[in-house]
Amino acid sequence: MSIDIQDVHKSFGSLEVVKGVTMTVEKGEVVSVIGGSGSGKSTLLMCINGLEPINSGRILVDGTDVHARGTDLNRLRQKIGIVFQQWNAFPHLTVLENVMLAPRKVLGKSKAEAEAIAVEKLSHVGLAEKLKVYPSKLSGGQQQRMAIARALAMSPDYMLFDEVTSALDPQLVGEVLDTMRLLSSEGMTMIVVTHEIAFAREVSNRVAFFHKGRIHEIGPPSQVIGNPQQPETIDFLKSVL
Amino acid sequence: MHYTFHWLPAFRALPDMLWGALVTLEIALLSMLLGVFFAVVLAVASNSPYRALRGAAASWVELARNTPALFQIYMAYFGLGSLGIHLDSFVALLAGITFNNAGYLAETFRGGLRAVPATQMRAARSLGMGQVQAFRLVVMPQMFRIVFYPLTNQMVWAILMTSLGVVVGLNSDLTGVTQELNVRSFRTFEYFALAAVIYYLLAKLVTVSARLMAWRLFRY
Repeated sequence: MSIDIQDVHKSFGSLEVVKGVTMTVEKGEVVSVIGGSGSGKSTLLMCINGLEPINSGRILVDGTDVHARGTDLNRLRQKIGIVFQQWNAFPHLTVLENVMLAPRKVLGKSKAEAEAIAVEKLSHVGLAEKLKVYPSKLSGGQQQRMAIARALAMSPDYMLFDEVTSALDPQLVGEVLDTMRLLSSEGMTMIVVTHEIAFAREVSNRVAFFHKGRIHEIGPPSQVIGNPQQPETIDFLKSVL
Repeated sequence: MHYTFHWLPAFRALPDMLWGALVTLEIALLSMLLGVFFAVVLAVASNSPYRALRGAAASWVELARNTPALFQIYMAYFGLGSLGIHLDSFVALLAGITFNNAGYLAETFRGGLRAVPATQMRAARSLGMGQVQAFRLVVMPQMFRIVFYPLTNQMVWAILMTSLGVVVGLNSDLTGVTQELNVRSFRTFEYFALAAVIYYLLAKLVTVSARLMAWRLFRY
C-alpha cells in the first residue's frame, strides 16, 4: 500500500514544471513537500489523483497506474482525498450537504447513512455547530476544515493537502493545522504541500524539498530542515524561517 | 380636443381580452421552453470541435441579437412562405420569438457557465464524481442562480414580443383581439390602454413570482 511516483515529468505547453520526480509514500506516512512558488509541488499533487495528466513516468497508487488508459479515475479518487488552497466549498449547499453529497451520489449511501458520516466528520473537525449553515457564513478557516471533512467523508486511504493554509488569515492558520495534526496522530497517510516549515518539521516522517521541478533533498525533518546539505535547501530555509 | 372617452365598451370587451392574454401567455411560455432548449443546443454547438457547427451557432446568435424581432417573425411567416413553407400565424410567431429567445439565452448561459469557477468542477471531480455528475450536482445549480434573473427578463421580453403577432395576422392573442375590437369601433385609445394595463400586469406577475421563487430557491 503506497503512492509510488516514478520519474514523472509534467509540462504545461512548453513549460516543464515537474522534471523527473521519483518518490514513494508508504501507508501511514506523513510526507511534507516544501519549496518555493512554482517549484512544481502543487502540480505533482494534481497528477497523483489524475486531475492533471502527466507527460512521462508513472504514478502507482496501491499498484494502480493512475495515468494508464482504462484506469477508472472516479473510483481511484475515492481513496485519495484532496484539499485545495482555495477551499472550494460548494456555495449552494449547506455545510452538512457539502459533506453528504459525495457519499450519497458517488458511494450510493442512503441519506441517513450519509448524514451520519457527515455529522461524524464535521464534529471531528470541530464544525458540529455549523451543520445547517451555508459556507458563505463561515470563516476561511472553517471553510477549509469543512473541505477536510468533505474529503474525509469518502473514507480515503490517502489525503493530499495543497497549501491549505496559504490563503488564510494568519489567526486562522492554527485551527486548520490542528485538524491536520489530529489526522496524522490517527495514522492518516498524508502528502502535505506547505509553507509552514515548523508544522512540516513537527508532523512529518519525511520532508521533501522541491526546487525547479526536482526533489533536491528528501529525508527526516531533522535532516532536511535541521541539517540541510544542498545549497538550494539552505537558501530556501533561510528565506522562510 | 373634442374626443369623448367611451370606456364602457372597452370594459365589456374585457373577458375577450383576457382570453387573448391567456394566448399571449401561452405563446410566451412555449417560446421560452423552446428557447431554453435551443439555447442549450447553441451553447453546446458553439463549443463543438466542428467549425460548421460553431459557425451556424454563432450566426444564429448574431442574427437573433442584432436584427429586429419584427423581421425575425416576418421572415418566419412571409420569408419562409415565399420559399413554399407556409406556417400559420401562431406557429410563425412562436418560431420567430423562439429564434430570438434562443439567441439571447445562449449568450446568457455561456456567461453563466463562465461565472462558475473551474475550481468547483475540479473539487467535485476530486471527490470521485464523473464529469456529467459534477456538472449536474455542482456547476448547474450555481449557474442556474446566475442566469435566473436574465431568464425572467427574457420571459417578460417574450410576452411583449408576442404583440408583434399582429403583423403576421394573428388575431387570437391580446394584441390581435384588441386590434379586432379596434377596427370595429375605432375606440383605439380605450382598447389599447386597457390592453397595455393587461400587458403591464402580466409582466409584473412574472417578475414578482420570479422574485418569490428566487427567495425560495436561493437561500445561500
